[in-house]
Amino acid sequence: MSLISIENVHKHYGDYHALRDINLEVGQGEFFSLLGPSGCGKTTLLRTIAGFEDVSSGQVRIGGASMIGVPANQRPTNMVFQSYAIFPHMSVAENVGFGLRKSSLSGAEKATAVGEALEMVGLNGFGARAAHALSGGQRQRVALARALILKPKVLLLDEPLSALDKKMREQMQSELRRLQRQVGITFILVTHDQEEALIMSDRIAVMFDGKIAQLDPPPQLYTRPANRQVAEFIGVMTFLPGNRRADTLEVAGLGHVTLSPDQIIGAEGDVRVGLRPESMTILFDDMAAEPSNRVAQGTVEDLAYYGDMTMYEVRLAGAPRPVTVSMRNLPGRPVLARGDAARVVWDPAALMAFGPVD
Amino acid sequence: MIDQIETGARVNQEAKRGWVLVSVPLFYTILLMAAPLTAIFVFSFWSQDFLTLDTTMTLKNYREAFSEPLYAELLSRSIGIAGAVTLVTVVLAFPVAYFVSFHVAPERKSLWLFLITIPFWTSYLLRIFLWKVILGFNGVLNTSLQGIGFIEEPLTFILYNANAVVITLAHAFAPFAILPIFVALEKIDRSLLEAARDLGENAVMTFVRVTLPLAMPGVVAATLIVFIPTVGDYVTPRLVGGPNGLMIANMIQTQFLRLNNAPMGAALAVIAMTTVTVMALLLLAATRKWMRGGGR
Amino acid sequence: MLRAYVIVFLLFLYAPILLLPVFAFNSGTVIAFPLDGFTLHWFAELAVTKALHEAVVNSLIIAAVTAVISTALGVAAARAGVRYRFPGKAAALGLIMVPLVLPEIIVAVSLLVVVVQIMGWDLSMGTIIAAHVLICTPFATAILNASFQNLDPSLEEAAVDLGESRSSTFRLITLPLIMPGIIAALLISFTISLDEFIIAFFLSGSEPTLPVYIWSMLRFPRLIPVVMALGTILVVLSVLLLTLAEISRRRGLRRAGVKDKGGFL
Ligand SMILES: Nc1ncnc2c1ncn2[C@@H]1O[C@H](COP(=O)(O)OP(=O)(O)OP(=O)(O)O)[C@@H](O)[C@H]1O
Ligand SMILES: [Mg+2]
Repeated sequence: MSLISIENVHKHYGDYHALRDINLEVGQGEFFSLLGPSGCGKTTLLRTIAGFEDVSSGQVRIGGASMIGVPANQRPTNMVFQSYAIFPHMSVAENVGFGLRKSSLSGAEKATAVGEALEMVGLNGFGARAAHALSGGQRQRVALARALILKPKVLLLDEPLSALDKKMREQMQSELRRLQRQVGITFILVTHDQEEALIMSDRIAVMFDGKIAQLDPPPQLYTRPANRQVAEFIGVMTFLPGNRRADTLEVAGLGHVTLSPDQIIGAEGDVRVGLRPESMTILFDDMAAEPSNRVAQGTVEDLAYYGDMTMYEVRLAGAPRPVTVSMRNLPGRPVLARGDAARVVWDPAALMAFGPVD
Repeated sequence: MIDQIETGARVNQEAKRGWVLVSVPLFYTILLMAAPLTAIFVFSFWSQDFLTLDTTMTLKNYREAFSEPLYAELLSRSIGIAGAVTLVTVVLAFPVAYFVSFHVAPERKSLWLFLITIPFWTSYLLRIFLWKVILGFNGVLNTSLQGIGFIEEPLTFILYNANAVVITLAHAFAPFAILPIFVALEKIDRSLLEAARDLGENAVMTFVRVTLPLAMPGVVAATLIVFIPTVGDYVTPRLVGGPNGLMIANMIQTQFLRLNNAPMGAALAVIAMTTVTVMALLLLAATRKWMRGGGR
Repeated sequence: MLRAYVIVFLLFLYAPILLLPVFAFNSGTVIAFPLDGFTLHWFAELAVTKALHEAVVNSLIIAAVTAVISTALGVAAARAGVRYRFPGKAAALGLIMVPLVLPEIIVAVSLLVVVVQIMGWDLSMGTIIAAHVLICTPFATAILNASFQNLDPSLEEAAVDLGESRSSTFRLITLPLIMPGIIAALLISFTISLDEFIIAFFLSGSEPTLPVYIWSMLRFPRLIPVVMALGTILVVLSVLLLTLAEISRRRGLRRAGVKDKGGFL
């Protein structure tokens, strides 16, 4: 049985419909992410689980028990706030031990628990520090230790890494993952960073406008997006206009393609054809095209050089706009310049046709 | 349906907590300000003959207030003096606010503000009295100026007249004018000024065309904050104003405490307050254009 | 140029206060230059003036009670204003701030009318306190507004999340974090009440406050040097109180990790 189940949840703020019929289940020990653009309702959903917001209608269950009407301080959840919410007038140890205030543990047992929690997040010996003398990454760890010391059934994290710089964020991403496996607690992470969600999560719920657009493990999200919005939000995808009748697709710049059923999303008619940058290659002299692939002629319109790879914007003959192609920069292989001719090899089985209504 | 009812309950709960909290100070203000103001309004339509209060409604007090030239003169003098005080104070205060906002290092600003506000918090009565000492016939100013041979005879136009009232009140209300202007200046995005300079405006034109309009909300606030209470000032005219520097508040006090004619005093208070309110609203209406852009 | 002007302006601001001690320690009985000689006589006279002591005690009581009540009202108003959304909020909070711009003479006479003419009560220290609370509450509210605004709401949520109730959260988190604001509000209200004259003048019965007593002294030229001595002490005291309030306010900002943006108002 799933640990958390959310059924038909709606949330209204006055006239504003912030959550629209949310349904999802999160299993024990799962690392679950809520992903979506700003304002889509991720925080609101997280706060209804934590008990800071009531749902307007629907049901929230944790461990089978209904949470409707149960206040935040009686729910088996704990939260890591975006601002970390470290109590500035307390030491690190007082912060971490705050939740134990009402427990029946003796003073010595509490001190041991605090020590263990600090050790778990790599802050050994920081207990006596004043809270305001901590760096961003350290505050993050204190917030984690403080929330985990109560051994909640669910740990809720609202954009916990967004205030950190890139290096620190990458380090904390792997550390959070490790920590989650170590304690075995269910994590629900809110983020607007698709890469972060893909790296860390077992499953991701992608939200737009208060609705869940797709709920899947990362590989499915990337390769089988439920609609064009999801496809655009996850990773990079370029679109060319096309027209589909049954399994026959005519694409501007690419010609006729026969589609397999799982390449078809939405209705037929005027469609948008999505291409991932890594599903295309520019044919250099040292390469031979796969027999199943096809070749199209184009011109390099623009490029971005990343060191290990280059992203090309290539305009195919007959296409209204360029497609994005990523190429590894292997030794000896030239980097093309603007205006160079390019032969693009593409795999007809890797494109997706998104119908007009999705 | 159910959605709406439950949302309503939630909103009501938050609204209820807010109302419970605010109701205590609000009730206090209503009880001690709104109710007495209403009372004084009603009272101004009554009349009093020595000690007997006649509660029949009459316009007698207002008729007297408008027909007796003394009242009109006191009121117009109060407004004239308050206007002069406001003008002097705001004009003198602006450069100070400008200096603190633009020429003082950010971490020193609050120290400067503290320095500026200190005199304001020290005994009001004594500050005014000391102006009498400074401006008097044998006062500090005259003896000093005579000492250095700058003047032969003591200056007499600086005490026991409206000038003295203006000087003293301008002093008393200086911080009140500096602070709102400072706040408005602080809100100005410094890159806007650089942009103006970048577009070829010189320093003076930048000030006139960018800084000044953006500072207007502060200037208007300062004007109101100085003007409103100075119209009703009592101590300053009594101490340094002389017979020709008295203001409407002195007459209100006389009616209440000396002549035992509280209804007449009430009528004067109502007239004074109405005049001030109307003038304040007119000012706000006239400066709406300026306030919109720079407001909060 | 500008700097020179500002310095002259500061001199203008401080001129009266700087003169106070000059005449307080001057042995001449006339308040004018040139000075006579140094004396502590006027301070000694303060020590034996019984009526003055009574006025000081009255004022201290009034100021202390006023400070406590207005700060409590200010906490309620500021908390409601910063934390909750409810219909009529702007109007309610606006009304609470109105005494800030009301001429004091109007407050004084309107309360006088109600208390004496309508209710028929006697004037007492209670009436002065009631009126002082009215004019101090907006100041307390303004100061505490800043304190509550600097308080990250997720701090309170974090405490609730960790198992605390609404009331224990207020005690353990909210109160300690706004304490500097509370202290500043107490000190400011105390100072305002201590120095307020017009309202006290209208509403005091047989128990004058210190400013009312000073006012009565000002009529007797003989007593002026004594008033100067008294004033000197008062100035020193209020500068002390204000410095404490300012330090407290800054400590609050530092604790909340906020950059300092200016003074009390
Ligand atoms: N208390 C509230 N009252 C009214 N509207 C609210 C309230 N809280 C949130 N909203 C609205 O609900 C919508 C969803 O807000 P939410 O905070 O859940 O977004 P989010 O997905 O977390 O976005 P972000 O990435 O910006 O944090 C927003 O449009 C927001 O304006
Ligand atoms: Mg959010």
